[in-house]
Amino acid sequence: MADQTLDAKGLNCPLPILRAKKALKDMAPGQILAIEATDPGSAKDFESFCSQTGNKLVKASEDGKVFYYEIEKV
Amino acid sequence: MAEQKRLAIIATKGTLDFAYPPLILATTAAALDYEVTIFWTFYGLQVLKKERNLKISPLGNPAMPMPVPMPVLVQMLPGMESMATIMMKQKMASKGVASIDDLLSMAIESDVKMIACQMTVDLFDFKHEELIDGLEYAGAARFFEVAQKADITLFI
Repeated sequence: MADQTLDAKGLNCPLPILRAKKALKDMAPGQILAIEATDPGSAKDFESFCSQTGNKLVKASEDGKVFYYEIEKV
Repeated sequence: MAEQKRLAIIATKGTLDFAYPPLILATTAAALDYEVTIFWTFYGLQVLKKERNLKISPLGNPAMPMPVPMPVLVQMLPGMESMATIMMKQKMASKGVASIDDLLSMAIESDVKMIACQMTVDLFDFKHEELIDGLEYAGAARFFEVAQKADITLFI
């Protein structure tokens, strides 16, 4: 179960990443941020965001329209 | 934690479309925990004006997608630049692309350092009051001080 959710649907690069960063800032280590996005570029971007910031991408999936991510704050 | 990475950008362009790359890269790098500095010079300073009115020009830009094919002679008619600007802003809003105002605020919020080229300020008779607050005014030597410590340096 996510500790916080972020609706980034309809937002384009780089807004999903910027909003996610902002949300993570106020969270505690180990907490989970769940994100919904529609930007197809966000799939690679969230991978890269996590590999560079040390946060853990614990889930990444899509249902054809919406991309779902769960990031565990480092 | 590893040492903080640094990004240095020179931003030279002042049209609506070319205001995007430096601000998108700066805000994203800041989100990736980079220390970011943008050195704004020449037309780039237009982006920092408090009363900014950035426009896009279809003229001399054959790569710009147009809703209907438009001969160059039509593109240069009065009002075409404003029309192209309005259409581009509408398109960006409908596609969820951030506005320049928003990206600039986000850059400032995330502590992106902004240096304005004092030579350009003199050249175009800008006043410091016309530009947003919090800028450092300096020249090329200052940029190199920043760039030599940067992991990535971009000229846009």
